[in-house]
Amino acid sequence: MMDFLQYDFARQAMLAGVLVSIACGVVGTYVVVKRIVFISGSMAHIAYGGIGLGYFLGINPIWGAFAFTALSAWGIGFINYRAGQKEDTIIGIMWAASMALGIILIQMSAGYTADLMSYLFGNILTVPREDLIFTGVLDIIILLVVYCFFEEFRAVAFDEEFARTVGVNTEKIYLLLLFLIAMTVVVMIRAVGVILVIALLTIPPTIAAQYTSSISRMMLISVLLGSIFTVGGLWLSFYLDLASGATMVLLAVAGFFISLALRGIKNRRLMVVEERNNFYENG
Amino acid sequence: MEKETTAVEIKNLWVKINGRSILEDVNLKIKEKDFLGIIGPNGGGKTTLLKVIAGLIKPYRGEIRVMGEDRIRPGYIGYVPQYAYFDYEFPITVEEVVLSGRLKHKKGRRFSAADYRIAHDKLKQVEMYSFRKRQIGELSGGERQRVLVARALAVEPKILLLDEPTASADKGFVADFYELLCELNREMTIILVSHDITAVSRYVKTLACMNRTLYYNEDKILTYELMEKVYPCPVDLIAHGIPHRVLMPHEGVVGER
Repeated sequence: MMDFLQYDFARQAMLAGVLVSIACGVVGTYVVVKRIVFISGSMAHIAYGGIGLGYFLGINPIWGAFAFTALSAWGIGFINYRAGQKEDTIIGIMWAASMALGIILIQMSAGYTADLMSYLFGNILTVPREDLIFTGVLDIIILLVVYCFFEEFRAVAFDEEFARTVGVNTEKIYLLLLFLIAMTVVVMIRAVGVILVIALLTIPPTIAAQYTSSISRMMLISVLLGSIFTVGGLWLSFYLDLASGATMVLLAVAGFFISLALRGIKNRRLMVVEERNNFYENG
Repeated sequence: MEKETTAVEIKNLWVKINGRSILEDVNLKIKEKDFLGIIGPNGGGKTTLLKVIAGLIKPYRGEIRVMGEDRIRPGYIGYVPQYAYFDYEFPITVEEVVLSGRLKHKKGRRFSAADYRIAHDKLKQVEMYSFRKRQIGELSGGERQRVLVARALAVEPKILLLDEPTASADKGFVADFYELLCELNREMTIILVSHDITAVSRYVKTLACMNRTLYYNEDKILTYELMEKVYPCPVDLIAHGIPHRVLMPHEGVVGER
């Protein structure tokens, strides 16, 4: 671990991993409890169109991704309240259209294709300092928004209709949540890439949910787990010479199965104890 | 002298969802402190009617007044939705569920001590106070239902709307639950939707039949004999959802949500 840490780029990458974990632990908790994994995944892929546009215009592709996901958040929010049952079909079309657009735009701005893979699968080792600051600022915004609207988010996630009957502007709260997801997706693209965003957004909160029934604790555990998966995955990928984003995701998946197994053992032990108690009680 | 006020007044209400009419020309006038039971086959629009009164669905045509106001003001309505459609793995405690009834009153970021006191009072009223730190998924069907009632009561509403509250609860719970409603009825108007006519008819003050449109006569106090006169459709027929010639035939099943 020590010789890995002596590299400047490695320390920077670790910092990037932790910063990303903060955003995806907090926002991912809402994604999991409100069951909007499909919507979040579509936003990650829609970002690809923005990346293409960034290349085409010769600006930092992250800004293009940010513009596209923010627009898609607004679009999805609008569809949710206007389009009725066709919601998922329309989102699917947006998903495909934006990815296709991204590919065409990148093709039209030749010479950058080597970097293309880093947006699909991520490369945390090449995250520039500018993007690190951007991630830090977005983390602060996300934490502030969640801090201010914690009760509203919880109520809307649990029972949107009831929240509406007591006068909560649920459309606004839902849109705000979609914007938070948009921001999170953008900061995650550098680290794990478009395709793997969903894994880091959903696996830590899913594990956390097995151990707590409080949203705030779920967020805290998710941030810690996310940090372990990103930093650990980075370290593993460095020594095993593997793609960093994919290694992080596989580590997270392994973590998920280990926690499932541990839970299984715990439940079985509880059952044994219960049986024993029943045995003594009955005679 | 106290004037008798109207809790809910609906005139010529039509509701269309995706171009299909779910409610047709509904007229209804409910006095304050009434206990109205609405029965009818599944897909007859009972849930839709409740949602219109709760302000969740906008009418296509017609007028609705709640407590004399033509705007549905949050705080007048305590809504107890259909039990089955929740995610009971949601990480939320009983206390947090009930507190969400105080969202309109919350000032600033957190709930006040007064909000907690009201939430606790309502939990005591439904005899769920000792469960307040439990996760919602750890409760039985009947216990959850009582928590949802406590949440609606935390709004301190004038009108309580209940959608199939006893649908998935055990038999022992049902009688107790209706006793609780009768007690609450002393302070507020109650509108209850159910397809379980035998349970409903024992406790409500007035009864309406719903199938696309509403068959209702506000002055009748329910007895089996009277009901058969006013709604000439035998009880069992409605309960089993078989259309009677008095009711409109229900072609296809209309989604209730």
